[in-house]
Amino acid sequence: MTAPIHPFAHVEAEPEVLIQVRGLLSQFGDRVIHENLDLDVVKGEVLGIVGGSGSGKTVLLNTILGLKEPDGGTIRIFDHDITTMTKGQAADIEQRTGTLFQQGALFSSLTVLQNVASPLVEHTRLPRDMIRELAEMKIAMAGLGPEAHHLKPAELSGGMRKRVGLARALALDPEILFLDEPTAGLDPIGAAAFDALIRNLSDDLGLTVFMITHDLDSLYAICDKVAVLADKRVIEKATVAELEQSDHPWIKEYFLGPRGRAATKAA
Amino acid sequence: MVSADFQIEDGEGGLVLHLSGDWTTAGLGRTTRRLATALKDRTPTRLDLNELGRFDTAGALSLVQASAEVLPAAVWAARPEAGRIYAMVERLERESVEPRKRADAFTRSFAKVGRGIEDIGHEAVMSLAFLGRLMVAAGAALSNPGRIRWPAWFSQAERSGLDALPIIATTNFFVGAVIAFLGADLLTQFGAGVFTVQLIGVSVLREFAVVITAVLLAGRSASSFAAEIGAMRMNQEIDAMQVMGVNPFQALVIPRLAAMLLMLPILTFVGMVSGLFGGMLVTWAQLDLGPAFFIQRIADTPDVGTHMGVAMIKAPVFAIVVAAIGCRQGMSVEGDVESLGRRVTAAVVQAIFAIILLDAVFALIFLELNW
Repeated sequence: MTAPIHPFAHVEAEPEVLIQVRGLLSQFGDRVIHENLDLDVVKGEVLGIVGGSGSGKTVLLNTILGLKEPDGGTIRIFDHDITTMTKGQAADIEQRTGTLFQQGALFSSLTVLQNVASPLVEHTRLPRDMIRELAEMKIAMAGLGPEAHHLKPAELSGGMRKRVGLARALALDPEILFLDEPTAGLDPIGAAAFDALIRNLSDDLGLTVFMITHDLDSLYAICDKVAVLADKRVIEKATVAELEQSDHPWIKEYFLGPRGRAATKAA
Repeated sequence: MVSADFQIEDGEGGLVLHLSGDWTTAGLGRTTRRLATALKDRTPTRLDLNELGRFDTAGALSLVQASAEVLPAAVWAARPEAGRIYAMVERLERESVEPRKRADAFTRSFAKVGRGIEDIGHEAVMSLAFLGRLMVAAGAALSNPGRIRWPAWFSQAERSGLDALPIIATTNFFVGAVIAFLGADLLTQFGAGVFTVQLIGVSVLREFAVVITAVLLAGRSASSFAAEIGAMRMNQEIDAMQVMGVNPFQALVIPRLAAMLLMLPILTFVGMVSGLFGGMLVTWAQLDLGPAFFIQRIADTPDVGTHMGVAMIKAPVFAIVVAAIGCRQGMSVEGDVESLGRRVTAAVVQAIFAIILLDAVFALIFLELNW
């Protein structure tokens, strides 16, 4: 695995923290999902988030994205506190992040090309043909051919939808890419290609990737660090190799169970 | 953010391109076009990147498009990461496909009419097919009452029936009141003010209560049936039922149909009472004819029972119309959101249209029967 290289590596001496979560509390009624959750996402890293079903991975993502108000604690993205930021700062974050939702979340009334172009139309003042060319490029980057350009989301397969979702997430050349289970529902070949694509993008564009995943192969293949969500907080954030040595029972079960071992061998 | 800019120097060593500012999606603006015009299909031999700020795929795309030939990797020595982005964009196959050509407006409007007519035929066939399946399912449910889903029936009856009580009572109250106002005004001119009571009685009992109730339920329940069942289809719940051997007609359509059959007559009766009540208040206020007189006159109206009976014969038919059209449109939803919207609209429009049409048919039949 190559070390992540990012454009301004020579400028900063210390790793720059892009997302900082401190003491996060999330609850639905009486049910506490996160309590005292701390997490740092460092510039240029591909961070995998793992945890059992119901451990609040998607809730954490939604909270960071601002779709859910945190019930306590602070979240800072690019040094803006998301609960107190101004509209301008919010727009700044929107332009500098891209999100791929679990089911793609494509706009069903727009074609593939229009879907990918929509962030560009919203946030930039580029000429129309330039927007179209950029969108075509992002679709090609996500590994889709031009024959898909004028299809509607309802006409696409699950894997194609994910690729279009990724192309849309990449439309504004974001600095942080949020992925919610990007390889779930893809065939192994497609999943491996998706992993390679994300790794390449991260290396070439200096992307920071925040990825929720259940896919052990993805963790081994592309993640620089893995954060483990259990007991309502991030119990550990480390490389896969370090996590294999962990004493925590859940982590042990996760990485050294039958599936974990198979992935280790493959890696 | 600094806007992207460039300068071209045509020296002896070849073409030198000075890049400055942020060559990013946000910073590019119209620089791309200017660069393409300025380079005029030439290829820079050297890049000056000293003043280049941020650089992303949009900037790379601009350079790829503007220069005639691929820039050699060596020109990116000062900024290797920008070179990688450039190389990645350069490698991509960026083909563009024209959207399928649309026919001209004239042809399209004809095509639309044709498709509309074809749709009517198709819808009619589909409706009949649905009605057939519905009858089979209803027969199966009747011959095997143990399999009727009582909890579903009652929860539907509550949601689409009892919960509609307030709106149906209020609407019918006002309809009754309006008829009373018109009747009082008109009939008093002929010195026949007392017949206002008969007018209210006949019109509310025979027509308005049942039609207004059915139309309200078409708006309220046919739409929610279509939306619920449509969302279930999009969520593959219907497929899951079929695979489990559960007949979606038994599980979804029959309880809704039964709920409508049970509740629409009851709601019609509530509508009658509140319509008469509205009429009574107005005749009392306008004509000084008290409640006792009103009730006496209603009871004395010839054939008052027949009028009510006619309405009660129509009620279950309208119930079937509302439930069947709502459920059928829901079952026809395809995978996308637009079809859900189209189907819900169609459910309401078709149900209201069918109610009015059937009411006219009933009027003719009862006229022949002299009821």
